[in-house]
Amino acid sequence: MSRPAGHSWRAILLVAPALLWTLAFFVLPFAVMVVLSLWERVGSQLVPSWTLANYAKLLERGHFLAALVNSLEVTALVTALSILLAYPFAWILAEQVPKRWQRLALLLAVLPFWTSYVIRSYSWLLVLAKNGIVNQALLASGLIAQPLALANSRTATVIGFVHFFVMLLTLTIYANLVQLPANYRRAAADLGAGALRTFWHVILPLTLPGVMVGAFLTFVLCIGDYITPQILGGNNELLLPQVIMLQIGRRADFPTASALSIVLMLVVTAAYLAAARWLKLERA
Amino acid sequence: MPEPLKSKRTTIGAALLVLLTAGSAADATEDLNALVWCDHTDPTLIEPFEKAHDVRVNLKDYEGTGTALSLIEQSQPGDWDVFVIDGIDVPRAIEADLLAPLPKDQLPLGDLFPELVMPANHEKDGQVYAVSEKFGYNTISFNKDKVDPADMNDMTVIWSDKYKDRIAVYDYYLPVLGMVAIGLGKPTAGLAEADLPVLRDQLFKMKSVAKLVGGVVESQTALATGEVDILVGGGEWVTASLTGDNPALDWVLPEQGGVRWSQSIGVFKTSQKQALALEFVKYILSPEGQARLATSSCYWAMPANQKAGQHLSEPQKRALRWSDQAGYLAKAQLYPAPSPELDAQMQDVWTEFLQH
Repeated sequence: MSRPAGHSWRAILLVAPALLWTLAFFVLPFAVMVVLSLWERVGSQLVPSWTLANYAKLLERGHFLAALVNSLEVTALVTALSILLAYPFAWILAEQVPKRWQRLALLLAVLPFWTSYVIRSYSWLLVLAKNGIVNQALLASGLIAQPLALANSRTATVIGFVHFFVMLLTLTIYANLVQLPANYRRAAADLGAGALRTFWHVILPLTLPGVMVGAFLTFVLCIGDYITPQILGGNNELLLPQVIMLQIGRRADFPTASALSIVLMLVVTAAYLAAARWLKLERA
Repeated sequence: MPEPLKSKRTTIGAALLVLLTAGSAADATEDLNALVWCDHTDPTLIEPFEKAHDVRVNLKDYEGTGTALSLIEQSQPGDWDVFVIDGIDVPRAIEADLLAPLPKDQLPLGDLFPELVMPANHEKDGQVYAVSEKFGYNTISFNKDKVDPADMNDMTVIWSDKYKDRIAVYDYYLPVLGMVAIGLGKPTAGLAEADLPVLRDQLFKMKSVAKLVGGVVESQTALATGEVDILVGGGEWVTASLTGDNPALDWVLPEQGGVRWSQSIGVFKTSQKQALALEFVKYILSPEGQARLATSSCYWAMPANQKAGQHLSEPQKRALRWSDQAGYLAKAQLYPAPSPELDAQMQDVWTEFLQH
C-alpha cells in the first residue's frame, strides 16, 4: 500500500529545517575546508593548485607528525585518567549520597563548569607554578626539598584537561548508574556473588555505554582543544591544534591548516567507529 | 532613610548614571570601525575622541596580521575604516591595496622619532599610507634580584647554561629569530634562507635551557610568579605594568643591541568615512593621544611622537625609559621583515623549535 503524497511532503517539510541547518553549518563549511586543503599558499596568494602537498607535509615534516602523536598520547592519557577518577565519583553520587542530596551534590560537581575555560586554565597555571599552592604545600609538609616543575609541561596540560573531563564523565556514568534497577544487585547477591563480583560481572558491563559515551566526548573535545595545551603546556611540545593555529596566526596559511584539520577529523572519525558499538546510536 | 532603601536608591542611581554615561557613545550620530591591537581598546584613549566628534568607535582587536587579513577578506568593502598593523607588515597591506594614501601635510611626521618615520615601510611612489604610532623592543626582561644584571648585557645569555630552566621565551618567531641573529652578529635586515640552519641550531640550544615558550600572558605570568627569572623577547611592554608590584623586574638592551618592533596606523581605502578616519589617525598621533596610547591598560610602550613627553608624568617616562631612547634607537634593529617564502621557512623552523 503506497503512502499518500501529502504525508511524504509533510515529512520532508518537517525534516527540512534540520537538513538545511546541517547543510549550511556542517556540510558546506566542511566542503570549503576540503577544497581549501587542496589549494596552496604561494607568497601572499591562495592558489587553487589541486594538490595533496598539504597532506604530504604531515609525513615530510617530523614535527607535524610528532604533534599528531603527542595529541593521541595526551588524549589517551586524559581519557583513561578521567574514567578512573570519574567512575568512583559517579558511583558515590549515585549509591552513597541520599536521594534528596543527589541534586545538590550534582550541582556542586558541575560547579567548575561555570567558570570560564580560559580562566580555569590560567588558574591552574598559578596553582602549579614553582611558587604555587601545590609546591608550597609539598614543601611545607617536607615531602619535597625543591619545588616540582609542574607548570608548563605535559603534566600540567593533562591535569587541566582531567579536571574538566572528570566532571563530564561523572555526569554520563551517573546517568547510567541511577537507571540500573536495584533488582540486578539483589539477584546477583541471591546467587552468591560478592560486591566486587557483582560490580565486575553486572554493574560495570551495564554502565559501559555511559562510560563509552563520556569517553568518546572526552576524546573528541580533548584532541581538538587548543586553549589548555597552549596555556598550560608551556610550548615544550606541540599538539596538533596548536600546529594548526600556527599556520593561521601570522601567515593565514589556510590550505595547510585545513589539511591538518581534516586529518584531525579523520582521527575523530576512527575513534567514533571504534566506539560506535557502545554509543548505541542505532537506538534512535 | 532606611538603609535597605537607601542602598536600593543608590543602586538605581548608579545604574542610571552608568546608562546615561554609556548613552553618550551609544547615541552617537556616527560609527567608526577600527581593526586594532588591544592597546586601542582602553576607554581612556577612545572616549575623548568619541566625545569630541560625537562618534562611536567600534573596535575589533586581533592578534597576528594573518588573522586581520582573514577578517578583512571576510568583510564587505567599507566595513572597516581604520587599520592598526605591525610596522613590518605595512608593505603587505599596501601591496594588497588595502590602505588609502594619507595627506602628508596633516600628519605630524616631523615630530616622530626619526627612526620611526620608516619611509621604506610606510610609503610607496611618494605617497604615505601609514604612520608609526607606538614602538618598543623585544629584548631581555629579567628579575634583577635573581640574576646578575651584568650578564643581561650580553645577548648570548639567552642560550647560556648558567640560567638553565630559568628562562622563558616569548612565542613569536620574528623578534626571537631577530634576537638570536643579533646574538650571532647577523644583521636582522640581511637574514636569508642560508642563515636558517645556524639560527635553527641556536634556537635548539636556547630550547634546551628554556623553561617555557609562551604568549604574552603566559610569559608575563611566569616572570611575575618567579617561575622564570629571564624573559627572552620581553621589554618595557612586559615589565612596565609589573614593576609596580615587583620593582625587581627590569629590562635591558644588550651590548649587541636588540630588536625594535613598531605598530602603524592607516585608513582603509574602501572606508566610506575617510575624513573621520583621518581625524582618528590624527588624534592617535597627537601628543595627547600618543601619551594615552603609550600608557594604555593593555600594554605600555613608547609613543612614536616625541611631543607626547609633554603629557607623560615623570614616573611614566621612567618606566618607558624616555631619556634612554636615543641610545636604544641607535642600537636596536627592526625585527626581520621576510618575504612570504622566507616567512614560511622561518615559521617552520620555529615550529621545529617548539616541538624540539
